[in-house]
Amino acid sequence: MHPSTELRAGYLEEDPLPAAPPAPQRRGRCIVVTSGKGGVGKTTTTANVGVALAAGGARVVLVDADVGLRNLDIVLGLEARVRHHVLDVLEGQAELDDALVSDKRVSGLKLLAASQTREKDDVDTPAFRGLIDQLRERFDYVLIDCPAGIEKGFQNAIAGADEAIIVCTPEVSAVRDADRVVGLLGERVKVTLIVNRLRPALVRRGKMLSVEDVNAILRLPLLGVIADEPGVIVSTNKGEPIALDVASPTGQAYRKIAGRIVGTETSAPEIPREATFFGKLFGGQR
Amino acid sequence: MLEFFKRIFNPQPSSVTARERLRLVLLSDHLALAPDVVESLKADLIAVISKYVDVDADHCDVTFEQQESVVAMLANIPILGMKPVAKAPRPAPPPALRQAQDDMPPPITDPSPVSASTAKPRRRRRRRSNANAAPAHG
Repeated sequence: MHPSTELRAGYLEEDPLPAAPPAPQRRGRCIVVTSGKGGVGKTTTTANVGVALAAGGARVVLVDADVGLRNLDIVLGLEARVRHHVLDVLEGQAELDDALVSDKRVSGLKLLAASQTREKDDVDTPAFRGLIDQLRERFDYVLIDCPAGIEKGFQNAIAGADEAIIVCTPEVSAVRDADRVVGLLGERVKVTLIVNRLRPALVRRGKMLSVEDVNAILRLPLLGVIADEPGVIVSTNKGEPIALDVASPTGQAYRKIAGRIVGTETSAPEIPREATFFGKLFGGQR
Repeated sequence: MLEFFKRIFNPQPSSVTARERLRLVLLSDHLALAPDVVESLKADLIAVISKYVDVDADHCDVTFEQQESVVAMLANIPILGMKPVAKAPRPAPPPALRQAQDDMPPPITDPSPVSASTAKPRRRRRRRSNANAAPAHG
């Protein structure tokens, strides 16, 4: 049980009818989205899971920890509205509230962008951790988009997190790197898995590792499986995360992932179905 | 040429190849990331070999190498000399084997490769013709 919940329970026993209960602030959950290998879809996953969590009514802040190579703002379509970034806040050049960009499509979703012109070594790990703690007081979910690799940027990104989502594609290299990252995260962090860019038709023909193959190695609780489909690319082109589109199967898959994180979705993750001939022919996304 | 035919007629889907490569590479990775395990394996290995021969413990080298289809352990253990001959007592064989062994001549103390390759098949053939002989294996 969460310590603050325990506190509250004790409080209620003593005084069953508090006049104006100063509800103890429950700290938000900090989840780092990581993979080891680059290009497997960490940023896209962060954006979509964040959108889906916010659409479910949670207060969510997305933090781009990829200092020097910031992309989360692009994927979210918020790049034109970024005024200050994470290092401005850490170095006292900007107030946190001025640096948080609100997403106008989903209420409750904010972005804290990374600095494009700085380097990962410029980030002071304890200070970054302090910032994350500060955000956890104000948001239900702090999602951190981790940079590729296992160096300083990775260490910064995982410092304040007690949960991690591993994004892994069904490839030998991605699984190998994911395995390494799981080892580095250690026992302290609760780790779950999203298998990204699965192509069901290739799996059926024995030309791609299956979800079972991947998780036979990683052995992690599976949050969800995302298909490699044109809709994701199209939505990234437009800066409209596909999780906004409830009609699309991939958007639905992200909503279910969010539900599993929150704990409201109890169904087992589905393996995406193959696109039908007519679906390909008349697919709405352009 | 052989590779070409292998590729044409190999029915193994590439996902199986991927699975196998993944298994091997992770085995190598995990060995590389567990130096303490490798060190204690090396110590045990040297201890066992030292029962039979004198080894140069300071120049022993145990490494793992990923080969085509296996991860191999390569142990380079310099031998300084023989230990004074002290025959280790052998554990008693299971009863099923004992009868078969009774048929065989006493074990050769210093088997050279030649004697092993010429003597053994002949014996086996003779035993196989004998319908009442006890099975040699299991």
